[in-house]
Amino acid sequence: MTQITPELLASHGIKADEYKKILEILGREPNHTELGIFSVMWSEHCSYKSSKKWLKTLPTKAPWVICGPGENAGVIDIGDGQAIIFKMESHNHPSFIEPYQGAATGVGGILRDVFTMGARPIANLNALRFGDPSHPKTRHLVAGVVAGIGGYGNCVGVPTVGGETNFHASYNGNILVNAMTVGLADKDKIFYSAAAGIGNPVVYFGSKTGRDGIHGATMASAEFDEKSDEKRPTVQVGDPFTEKLLIEACLELMATDAIVAIQDMGAAGLTSSSFEMASKGGLGIEMDLDLVPMREDGMTPYEIMLSESQERMLMVLKPGREAQAKAIMDKWELDFAVVGVLTDTGRMVLKRHGAVVADLPIDPLALASPEYDRPWTAPVKQPVIAVEDVKAVCPAEALKTLLSCPDLASKRWIYEQYDHMVMGDTVQRPGGDAAVVRIHGTNKAVAITTDVTPRYVLADPYEGGRQAVAEAYRNLSAVGALPMAVTDNLNFGNPEKPEIMGQIVESIRGMGQACRELDFPVVSGNVSLYNETQGAAILPTPAIGGVGLLEDVAKSASLSFKESGSSIVLIGETKGWLGASLYLREICGREEGAPPPVALHRERRAGELVRQLISDGQVQACHDVSDGGLLVAVAEMAMASDGHIGASLDAPSTLPLHAWCFGEDQGRYVLEVRDDDLAAVLEEALGHDAAVRVIGKTGGHVISVGGRAVRVDELVEVNEAWLPGFMGAELSGH
Amino acid sequence: MKAAVIVFPGSNCDRDVAVALEASMGAKPLMVWHRDTELPDLDLIVVPGGFSYGDYLRCGAMAAHSPIMREVKRQADKGTRVLGICNGFQILTETGLLPGVLMRNKNLKFICKDVHLRVESNTTDFCRGYAAGGLVRFPIAHAEGNYFADPETFKAMEAQGQIAFRYCNHRGEVTEAANPNGSLANVAGIYNAKHNVLGLMPHPERLAEALLGGSDGKMMFDSLVEALR
Repeated sequence: MTQITPELLASHGIKADEYKKILEILGREPNHTELGIFSVMWSEHCSYKSSKKWLKTLPTKAPWVICGPGENAGVIDIGDGQAIIFKMESHNHPSFIEPYQGAATGVGGILRDVFTMGARPIANLNALRFGDPSHPKTRHLVAGVVAGIGGYGNCVGVPTVGGETNFHASYNGNILVNAMTVGLADKDKIFYSAAAGIGNPVVYFGSKTGRDGIHGATMASAEFDEKSDEKRPTVQVGDPFTEKLLIEACLELMATDAIVAIQDMGAAGLTSSSFEMASKGGLGIEMDLDLVPMREDGMTPYEIMLSESQERMLMVLKPGREAQAKAIMDKWELDFAVVGVLTDTGRMVLKRHGAVVADLPIDPLALASPEYDRPWTAPVKQPVIAVEDVKAVCPAEALKTLLSCPDLASKRWIYEQYDHMVMGDTVQRPGGDAAVVRIHGTNKAVAITTDVTPRYVLADPYEGGRQAVAEAYRNLSAVGALPMAVTDNLNFGNPEKPEIMGQIVESIRGMGQACRELDFPVVSGNVSLYNETQGAAILPTPAIGGVGLLEDVAKSASLSFKESGSSIVLIGETKGWLGASLYLREICGREEGAPPPVALHRERRAGELVRQLISDGQVQACHDVSDGGLLVAVAEMAMASDGHIGASLDAPSTLPLHAWCFGEDQGRYVLEVRDDDLAAVLEEALGHDAAVRVIGKTGGHVISVGGRAVRVDELVEVNEAWLPGFMGAELSGH
Repeated sequence: MKAAVIVFPGSNCDRDVAVALEASMGAKPLMVWHRDTELPDLDLIVVPGGFSYGDYLRCGAMAAHSPIMREVKRQADKGTRVLGICNGFQILTETGLLPGVLMRNKNLKFICKDVHLRVESNTTDFCRGYAAGGLVRFPIAHAEGNYFADPETFKAMEAQGQIAFRYCNHRGEVTEAANPNGSLANVAGIYNAKHNVLGLMPHPERLAEALLGGSDGKMMFDSLVEALR
């Protein structure tokens, strides 16, 4: 029997007090396999032990929520007997170590979370954060991650329709790869993971188990150091072709009534799937590991239980339905094996070569796993930066600089490597405020977006948390969709540091408040902590994935200007907030100041107004104002238009020009409105008690403001040039 | 018109093309599993896009040897119209139904975007509805669409009017800058010598409805229905 030494515990990420608890639970020393199982089940990644206490404060209910957090993904009702199932999940640590496979398997994992509940995946998105472009690793990581996401998503035939990509030095040693999948299911055909029926067969299907990805969950629950490159063997290898077969096989099997419960094998593989299914059902499982389909000879129980080989599923079948299920797996050329049986013992009993190799109580490892109330300190408030303290430069020059900075530069080089049209329902492609994907065979559509502004969250985690939710709400409203629910992907540093824990606590508080006030509940999510390298943490990055519904896809707006001679209308108040703005960072070289506050009641009213106007057909184009402020928003509408329609703007004299152009005041939208509709739009705005102002006209081919002008062509050129230039590729022509 | 869509493990544009066909035909096409060995009498067989067998060996190479392809070949020899889109085009070159090969894109990357195409001939059942020399916009979505044929073969193909589409710019000019993947002479699609088999890398089925951003692709399905009704 393996000697349990302090070194062995350390290599499993188990702290001394946790080991004490293990001894109490078992009443004896664990063997090596059992220790490995404790280590992954109690890892931060699987147990959420540092964040659970705070996640419970998030609002998760609404009349349209069918299933909130706790299952593989969240489920909302979209009417007509249909449901949308979605979730976002991180694959940060593996993507840094091996960008192609790390990102690819991140996509594979989140797809499985969604189709395991009975949905056909209909859209993928990704929120990516890379280090400073000048960092020697950044280019290699961008190339690998983008190729990996494309390589997997393109092959499985699910369109990658949107996302976001930012660069910041804080991600130099810890990139973020957050992948989101949205799926469509029949409301009465949703599958859950709680095991039921003593004596029912426990069935393994999909790919064979190999030695890849062992201890991935433990790796994802620790900081990086100078030896992290040595962790490459803990990264899994993806096989999107098998995933495609798995999707089709699952959906075919789900069309029968043979399945009692089903769960994919994600982080911690066979261990987490079997423990979670048993725990939710209050049952036990007896498994014979000899029956697990294996890719390699001589695998130990430890390796079988901790492997994170991809494209594998576990399910409980109704008795006597094994042959029916196996026939479907045979058709799709997937492995199928009855590996165990449900028991009433509440224990996991594992056998190998006829001997019991592990015998563990289930609950303490799953639903009743540790929960910590870690000490935290409130973040230090940043001073509000006065407009007068921010230097003014020519707005045309500043606009060019901003549109060519890494965060605002066109991401065409990325999304053209993703198949964003397969499945034939992509109505709004990448590049807009939110992707719009039609519900197949209907006139309805879902709108999807991912948002967070990490520099705001760093400056003020509470406001930044509110802003992330508000921006998702705004992006969905900007295409005319009713915001329904969100998934969150909380990426932070080491929670054992009180200041990092403070970021977590405060940003969750902000998110929760915004979700409550905007009727925008959280239905699923994922937490990624320990994003630190040699003690330096990433910017706090609680990414929000928002989903909205369009009852009539024809009544949707896009951001491109449609014609010359329309009025440009600004909804929302402009005070010229430059603290923590992109202008301050990119033009003045200053990363400081309090971020713009979010007024949620006004946010809600502005959203309702904009959705009403779009639904009434009174808006030709709509774009929310976010990073870079008003002038950037207007320029983006011009750059996206056919023929590069320009805009002439009248800035008010009450505000310094640079503050009006580049302030990042929240809760704002820019609309293109035909003269015929203008009176009605202004009246409707007053009726909604929203600030509204006509700020200019579309037309010509330049953006002009305050006596300065710049050609739209020129803006397009600098906006499109940065990323291909950085990646050393040619400019892809149009 | 009676049409069938062949489904391989890893096909992923089978539903998309079935939807486009149904919109033009007014009836659903037959969906045929790759292990089947027989087809009924048909007017049109579509080999759809995707990643058959994961494209792990070489694009289309495995699918070309699946049981159903013997039957597709037999019907093609008999004169049945066969349309191969994207991975379907790769499969048709691997089976020898179409000449040449499709290699890795010149920039070594997957490319998904709309491209402009010049219709080189409008005398076939596939393209009757288009103007000769006309300009259409279809999307591409592939990593291996770089067409090549040896000079002798290609000369014969050009002489027999076997070039169906060429990549061009928005003014209809066939230029190097408009060539997205490095294809020989900007070739985007080709016919066999008898003009009953068409393979093309762009996806007509993806822009066959105005809501999705354009409907130039619909004319191909309408033309087939018109010719084969």
